[in-house]
Amino acid sequence: MIASTGMIFAVTGAVLFALGVAGVVLIDHLLRRILAFNLMGSGIFLILVGLAQRHDVPDPVPQAMVLTGIVVAVAATALALALVRKLHALSGRLTLPGDGE
Amino acid sequence: MTAALTGLIVVPLAWATLAFLLGPGRGAVPAIVALGIQLGLAVNLAHGVAVEGTLVHPVGGWGAPLGIDLAVDGLSAAMLLLTQAIALPLAVYARAYFKADDPAGRHFWPLAGFLIAGLNALFLAADLFNLYVTLELVGLAAVGLVAAGGGAPQVAAALRYLFATLLGSGAYLLAVALVYGAYGTVSIATLLPLVTAEAPRLVWIAGALAGVGLALKTALFPFHFWLPPAHGSAPAPVSALLSALVVKASFYLILRLWLGPFAPLAAVADWLPATLGAAAIFWGSWQAIRAVKLKRLIAYSTVAQLGYLFLIFPLLAQTGALQAGIMQVFAHGLAKAGMFAAAGVMIKATGQDTVAGLAGVVERLPLTLFAFGLAGMTLMGLPPSSGFLAKWLLIEAALAQGAWVIAIVALAGGLLAAIYVFRVLRQAFLLAPAGGDVAPVPRTLEWTAFALSAASVLLGLRGVELMQLVGGGG
Repeated sequence: MIASTGMIFAVTGAVLFALGVAGVVLIDHLLRRILAFNLMGSGIFLILVGLAQRHDVPDPVPQAMVLTGIVVAVAATALALALVRKLHALSGRLTLPGDGE
Repeated sequence: MTAALTGLIVVPLAWATLAFLLGPGRGAVPAIVALGIQLGLAVNLAHGVAVEGTLVHPVGGWGAPLGIDLAVDGLSAAMLLLTQAIALPLAVYARAYFKADDPAGRHFWPLAGFLIAGLNALFLAADLFNLYVTLELVGLAAVGLVAAGGGAPQVAAALRYLFATLLGSGAYLLAVALVYGAYGTVSIATLLPLVTAEAPRLVWIAGALAGVGLALKTALFPFHFWLPPAHGSAPAPVSALLSALVVKASFYLILRLWLGPFAPLAAVADWLPATLGAAAIFWGSWQAIRAVKLKRLIAYSTVAQLGYLFLIFPLLAQTGALQAGIMQVFAHGLAKAGMFAAAGVMIKATGQDTVAGLAGVVERLPLTLFAFGLAGMTLMGLPPSSGFLAKWLLIEAALAQGAWVIAIVALAGGLLAAIYVFRVLRQAFLLAPAGGDVAPVPRTLEWTAFALSAASVLLGLRGVELMQLVGGGG
């Protein structure tokens, strides 16, 4: 069985998503965490486009969704970067302090 | 009716943008006036839904799948009503809370407006993808509000919250992608028959991902780690908005999916959310009993109270279980908004955010303490409060199904709530330490806190209409 292009996209996306989630959960350095979040997002977009590509015909609806998703991801990244800069300016560190109970 | 539908999204967007243009710290008066209008629209909509049933509106006449449909039923109408009913008094409170030069209030109004717009859009969304977008809008605005406190602890809490919320909505978006891949649609209404007919393994994975992602956003135990720092370190009006409304948005979404597209899958795992909910009640209450800081105590109480919402899942076959959940959403929303508002007054007056620092508050701020007590009454579930009604319905549904464990957990949770509420009240009734100065506090703050808490108690007397709205349209 030869995998379709869509399936290759989807599987790549699943791997990227898993890598991204592992990064967001495990990495302490905040910039790397933001990068990991973006990796996770890209993985989801690949799955969204790849899975919906039946018989190798592109479907416009998931493309529109991915476009919207990219806008959301850019906004979230911008907010995260702004907060990291603020945290760095206030405390001089690029990691979150341990659970402040 | 469609004017009310779109108005509930457009009006908060308009005043949020206006507040942004007016500049830091400004825009309170337009916001309060507009929230009054929104409350009217929400009442109008709830009335319309009660009479005519579910309403669908294709925005701009485009229609799904490329256009966006808005839909409102009894459940959404109730949530819209609650959102406006809590936001309006909190806006009045926030106007008095943030002084003109307070850096914490510089960006409050635009962010609050975008938050309310996002919440309203979420309750009106008719497909899974729009739910994702609105969920992100709510999350980003909420993170901004937490960070607006300005200090390093607030920014750190905001970042922690941001990563939790992005991870949660990422898992949810992946679920949406899998559902679209399986069925080629994301409309909630068309999905249910498709999932009932055939649910491939992909859809099971999607259900699990959506469940975990949204549980993270709702701060269900053991995913609650981000909530206490975020809700405990934000300014009081922000904490109140977050605890009363924002966590309810993702709960609403879980409920919506559980009753809708994922209903055929949900029956398999219905004890899981209830077990986690019960753990949340005990763990949250225990942490609240031990908390040193007043707002931390209230934040952990939110973790516990959210647990009740998840107790209803195994009981949804019984009449009244859904109503019990919605009544708990209302009871906790109003009471927690009132409690954070009252705590904000006490912290402003005593100058410190500790339970120990409350000694003597009873003499200086009797009205505020009364408001705190009334909210506590709802959290404990004493009659005639709405909390009592919610617990009553829950226990009734549990006993009808023979699930006496759930009834016992609900009763035990009420006792634990009594311990942490009385811990605060007892401290407040102690004699004031000599030389302890109490700063003057605007009366508006005390009265709005009182109004919210009183509403949470009085709703118990008028709960029938609300339950009819949810039961009839849902």
